[in-house]
Amino acid sequence: MIRFDQVNKRYPGSDEILRDVSLEIAGGELVFVTGHSGAGKSTLLKLMAGIERPSSGTVLIGNQNISKLRSRMLPYLRRKFGLIFQDHKLLYDRNCFENVALPLYINGITGHEAGRRIRAALDKVGLLNKEKSMPITLSGGEQQRLAIARAVVSRPAILIADEPTGNLDEAYAKDIMRLFHAFQQVGVTVIIATHDAHGIQNIPAKLLHLDHGKLTIS
Amino acid sequence: MKHWINQHILVWRLLLARIFRNKLSTLMIWGVIGTALSLPTILYIVIDNLNQLAGQVKNEPQISVFMKLDATPATINAFRKKLDQHPDIAHQQFVSKESAWQEMQDLSQGIASKLDSNPLPDAFFIEPKDLAPETIMKIQHEISSWPGVEHVLADADWAKRLYAILQLGKKAVLIISGLLGFALIAVIGNTIRLQIATQREEIEVSKLIGATDGFIRRPFLYAGALYGFGGSLAALVIANTILTIFNHSVTDLAELYGSSFILTLPSWEASLGVVICAVVLSWLGSYIAVNRSLAQLKLH
Repeated sequence: MIRFDQVNKRYPGSDEILRDVSLEIAGGELVFVTGHSGAGKSTLLKLMAGIERPSSGTVLIGNQNISKLRSRMLPYLRRKFGLIFQDHKLLYDRNCFENVALPLYINGITGHEAGRRIRAALDKVGLLNKEKSMPITLSGGEQQRLAIARAVVSRPAILIADEPTGNLDEAYAKDIMRLFHAFQQVGVTVIIATHDAHGIQNIPAKLLHLDHGKLTIS
Repeated sequence: MKHWINQHILVWRLLLARIFRNKLSTLMIWGVIGTALSLPTILYIVIDNLNQLAGQVKNEPQISVFMKLDATPATINAFRKKLDQHPDIAHQQFVSKESAWQEMQDLSQGIASKLDSNPLPDAFFIEPKDLAPETIMKIQHEISSWPGVEHVLADADWAKRLYAILQLGKKAVLIISGLLGFALIAVIGNTIRLQIATQREEIEVSKLIGATDGFIRRPFLYAGALYGFGGSLAALVIANTILTIFNHSVTDLAELYGSSFILTLPSWEASLGVVICAVVLSWLGSYIAVNRSLAQLKLH
C-alpha cells in the first residue's frame, strides 16, 4: 500500500529531517509512528499522504511514485487519504454538518447522498446529535472526533493521524484510540503519529520509531 | 458529468448565500464598479450621437464643381463618366445651367428675369465616400485638372474641425475606458484578495484533503464575475439616468438651433457590450488574485 525506499527529506535551509528511511505498510495494518518531537514524525506522515515529496529516494503509494506524479494529479491522490491533524483544522465559520461535508463536496457529492454519508460519519464518532452545532461549542475531544468524521466521510482506504490525542486528557485520548482501532477492524489502514507511547500498549500494532530522522521498526 | 454539474450548483449556492450575508459590501462594490464604468459609457454614447449628427450632415454635397461656360455636352458627359468611376466618390449630382437658371428664376421671383442671359455654369455636386479632410482635399486637387473644369469648391474646413473633434473624443473614450478597465481589474482583484485572506483556512484545508486548484478557484472567479455583472448593470442605470437628465437641456439647446437633436440612450448591443466587458475584466481580475494566492499557498 505504502512503500518507502531509502527516502531522505530536507527542507531548504534545514538539516536532514528523514535519513535513509525504508518501510512498507500493507493494507489494513495499524501503524504507530513514535519518537520525540522534532524526530520527523509529521514529515514522515506528510510524505505518506502526498503532501510533501521526498528529496531523494522513492515513495510509492498504491504503486504510484510520488516523485514522478505530476502536480496536477496530486489532489486526486490525496483523496485516497483521510487526514487528521493535531490542531483539528476544523472550519469555525460553519457547523459540524458542513465541516464534514467538505471532502464530499470536493469529490462532487452533494444532496441526499452527501447528507446520508455525513450523518453516518457523525454517527460513527458519536456526534449525530450535534450536526447543527458550531465546532467552537464542542469540547477538545469532540472537536477531534469531528475531525475524524470529516476524515472518514469519503471512505478512504488509509487514515493518517498526526498526534490526534496530543491536546487531550487521558480519557478522551483512550476514546479516540478506540475509534481508530475500530476503523482498522473494518479494513482501513490506520497510521498514527504519537509521542505518547503508553496509550497504545494494549493495542496490537506495528511500531515505527523515529530518532533524529532515523527509523527503527518493531 | 453529474458531479461536475453538482459542484457548479453548489458553488453558486454558497456564493449567493455569502453575498446575501454581505449585502452592504456587495452593494458598495457594485456601486464603485458602476460609477467607474458609467463614465466611459456616457462619453461613448455622447460621441456616438455626435457621430450620427455628423453623418446626417455628410449627406449634403461636400464638393461643388463648376464647369467652364463653354464646356460642350461631350466634355460634360466624359466628366460625368470619370466621376462615376472614381473610387473615392460615393455619389454625384449634375445640375445643368438651364435647370439652375430655371430654379433661380423661381426663387428670385422675377428679379433674375431682368438679366438678359444665363450667367450660370453647369455644375456637379459630389459626395465623397468618407468625411476625412485628406480625401476631400485629394479629390478637389485631382478634379481641378480635368478638362472643362472652371472651379472646384470644397468646404473642407468645418468637416476638418468636426472630424478632428470626433477623433479626439474617440481617443478620449478609448483612453478612459482603458484606464477604468485597469481600475476595474485592480478593484476586483483586491476585493477577491481580501476574501481569499478571510478564507485562507478553508483553502488550506481543502487543498490538504484533495481539492484541485480549479475547485478552489471556482467560487472566487464566480464572485468576481458576479461583481462585474452587478457593477455593469449599475453603470447602465447610472448612464441612462444621467443621459435622460442631460436630454432635457440638450433638447432646449437643439431647439435654439432649430434642430430636433436628442441624445439616444445606449442600444441593446452597446449595453450588452458593457456587461460583457465588465464580466470578462472582473473574471480576469479575480483570476490573477486567486492564482497569486494559490502560488503563495503551495504545499510543496
